[in-house]
Amino acid sequence: MTFRPSSAREVAEIVAAGAADKRALEIVAGGSKRGFGRPVRADATLDLSQLAGIVNYEAPELVLTARPSTPLAELEDVLREKGQMLAFAPPKWRELLGSHGTPTGVPTLGGALACNLSGPRRVRAGAARDFILGFSAVNGRGEIFKAGGKVVKNVTGFDLSKLMVGSFGTLAILTEVTLKVMPRPETECTLLLHGLSDAKAVDVMARALNTPHDVFGAAHLPEAAARRSRVGDGPVTALRLEGPAPSVAFRVGEIEKLFGAGDRLDAEASARFWDEVAEVRALLPEGVVWRLCPTPSFSPRLVETIQQILPGAEAFYDWGGGLVWLSLPEAGADAGAGFVRAALQDGHATLMVAPEFLRETVDVFQPVPRALAALEARVKQNFDPLGLFNPGRMRKGV
Amino acid sequence: MLVMPEPDRVVLDRRAEIVAALQEIVPGEGVIDTERERRAYECDALTAYRQTPMVVVLPEDTRQVVAVLRYCKENGIKVVPRGAGTSLSGGALPLEDGVLLGMGKFKRILDIDAPNRCVVAQPGVTNLAISHAVQGQGLYYAPDPSSQIACTIGGNVAENSGGVHCLKYGLTTNNVIGVEFVTMDGEVIRLGGKFFDAGGYDLLGVLVGSEGLLGVVTEVTVRVLPTPPGARALLIGFPSVQGAGDCVAAVIGAGIIPGGMEIMDRLAIEAAEAFVHAGYPLDAEALLIVELDGCGAEVDHLIAAVEKIAAAHGATTVRASQSEEERLLFWAGRKAAFPAVGRISPDYLCMDGTIPRKEIGAVLLRMKQLEAKYGLRVANVFHAGDGNLHPLILYDANKPGELLRAEEFGRDILLLCVEVGGVLTGEHGVGVEKRDLMNAMFDAVDLEQQQRLKCAFDEQSLLNPGKVFPQLCRCAELGRMHVRGGKLPFPDLPRF
Repeated sequence: MTFRPSSAREVAEIVAAGAADKRALEIVAGGSKRGFGRPVRADATLDLSQLAGIVNYEAPELVLTARPSTPLAELEDVLREKGQMLAFAPPKWRELLGSHGTPTGVPTLGGALACNLSGPRRVRAGAARDFILGFSAVNGRGEIFKAGGKVVKNVTGFDLSKLMVGSFGTLAILTEVTLKVMPRPETECTLLLHGLSDAKAVDVMARALNTPHDVFGAAHLPEAAARRSRVGDGPVTALRLEGPAPSVAFRVGEIEKLFGAGDRLDAEASARFWDEVAEVRALLPEGVVWRLCPTPSFSPRLVETIQQILPGAEAFYDWGGGLVWLSLPEAGADAGAGFVRAALQDGHATLMVAPEFLRETVDVFQPVPRALAALEARVKQNFDPLGLFNPGRMRKGV
Repeated sequence: MLVMPEPDRVVLDRRAEIVAALQEIVPGEGVIDTERERRAYECDALTAYRQTPMVVVLPEDTRQVVAVLRYCKENGIKVVPRGAGTSLSGGALPLEDGVLLGMGKFKRILDIDAPNRCVVAQPGVTNLAISHAVQGQGLYYAPDPSSQIACTIGGNVAENSGGVHCLKYGLTTNNVIGVEFVTMDGEVIRLGGKFFDAGGYDLLGVLVGSEGLLGVVTEVTVRVLPTPPGARALLIGFPSVQGAGDCVAAVIGAGIIPGGMEIMDRLAIEAAEAFVHAGYPLDAEALLIVELDGCGAEVDHLIAAVEKIAAAHGATTVRASQSEEERLLFWAGRKAAFPAVGRISPDYLCMDGTIPRKEIGAVLLRMKQLEAKYGLRVANVFHAGDGNLHPLILYDANKPGELLRAEEFGRDILLLCVEVGGVLTGEHGVGVEKRDLMNAMFDAVDLEQQQRLKCAFDEQSLLNPGKVFPQLCRCAELGRMHVRGGKLPFPDLPRF
């Protein structure tokens, strides 16, 4: 059974009417992220596709209000016309999630927020959760509520907006969100450094990010990944600079003085390169894919440890080493969860791409200590007491 | 008139026993019992409200915090956490029957990790000390509330503090990446760390800015950034506040996000100029200070662009700083605006609302009308880039009735902010000061949902009760799902 409400009021009515029967709902905007997370077992589908479109956009205020099913592509076009953008530049992951054949659908704003998706700029610009200002939603009691505001600076009341981002639709159903948007940089340039080992590359990225030259992207593609994305025959380390043209030219020069000359990608090639990185196209298109967030400086050792266990494992680095994409061609019955999480030490590992039966049996998201798990369960309970929204999506029972 | 939760007589009668039990947990001078010493904690920077706490406890480590909170939970005793006590909204106002938990002994920086661009500090470390700790490595901590020399990072986490640079670099919430905190149940929980985007629910996101209602922070990991290589400031005078406001919109519309962008109105300009002689134009109705930071090539490029925009918006004065000394002088007047106003008025109330920037002209006009209504003057300084207003209402506490009039005036200003699409507080917090105005921004369902979150962390409402929410919640009632006897929120609807 599928419901297609066209207003927040209708969403509330559907939730309330199903509450007595504890009717669980799978909540879907564009449906492109259905394959991300644990499989949802629900009694009905709540299709939010009618709740789309920009409600209000005032470029000089840096504020945009839209409904959850607004396609990201549409949003980006409207922002580009005013010389603005979503600073967290959410990835769409269509090919990535499509590699197991499940997702089709349209990447939407609601999906990007529900999954807290941030692209390569995240290393300096912040994540999706940093740009949500306020929202309206329906809770598991069928009540419409709002939190936050529609201005860029606000500390009135608990910041429930942050809680909505990355909650995979398990707390409340977003019906409208307000975001902080930012100006697009006038131009950009990417410097490609060749031949660095993983350890050396992560060190160079850390030092580059610590210069005052505003590096807004730092990725490292080991040899296999570099070849696949056709940026080099050996390992490639990429540093992205953005801003007014004279500033970018000066800063690229300064970075080269520190780390040696490399290839410069012009604005168009640079944007294309970072789109490749964001969309994870450089990774081996078989087996299971993990998304790891370790302490950045630890990432080369993490990858080395995993490759000692499984020599066929492939990886590449984004966010200066703070994000590692890992593909495991033969991972075994637990998708490699055991040795990947043991190697991680601190941080979190997410099973991004795997067949449904694995995502059902393996912890897709990093397990948490008992006290935190209990707190998370109480938070869930207070938004959705009957467990109606996306049951099982994040953890068993959540 | 501020109404705080009714003191618990049973707790007050047990005071001696409670003090003794706390002394068992925190030995030596860590428990402050005498009336005279307790009075030092009777208020924070919102001095209009005062209350001597039942007892003050100054724990030294997480283990003691756990034990204090466990004891208080078991005995139904309220707890008010406090950092340096610089809150402008009464967030650390003590309770007559409550333990004041001072975190001032948590003063160590635990780890400076330049390769991962972060610092791990205990909550009692001051905001400025974090920047000082990493300045040798060319790094700094971006949020810079004006009290940064005194305010602590733990207090910043509780209040989600801002500062003049937050349009470009974000508030505390955007720069804190991990915490260790203790719940009222005495559970130690770690959220985030040195890595990006802690998985699971973003509880760190709600803990920051929760005004001490959700937990007691015992350790903070912050992101530090490379110090911009240079900065220049522009001083721009306008014949009207509207002109200055339009100029701000045009700067942002041109894709420029300045490091700082501030407006002062005529009264604030006059007070500041008389105090620090920064060379502010005294013929201007509004003064705009715009600071551009980055490499030299970028700063010069953007200074030229902003000068052009200013001229097109009818600026009567445009001066760009030619040296670091001059840049600091431009800022000196703005940074001294509050004490400068203190020189021309015996007392003032500092308000803190945010409005959509396009409403600046209209809001100032309404404020003028309110000045006439209340017979009090207002000096205005704004964080113009993000529309965060700080109207300073001038009054004399020695004149009967003036404080009350000033408070009513302040309330009208905040309601006006909400009316034009803004919010009650941009960076100072709700605390007790704006608590009773929350209904103007949120309806009953909105507030219930926020309070349910409180219940998930602190079911008995023992942690900092009486702050933020106009009514104390009863978690059992809030938790009840109204699906009894077929009575649903929408009983007239068909069941699908």
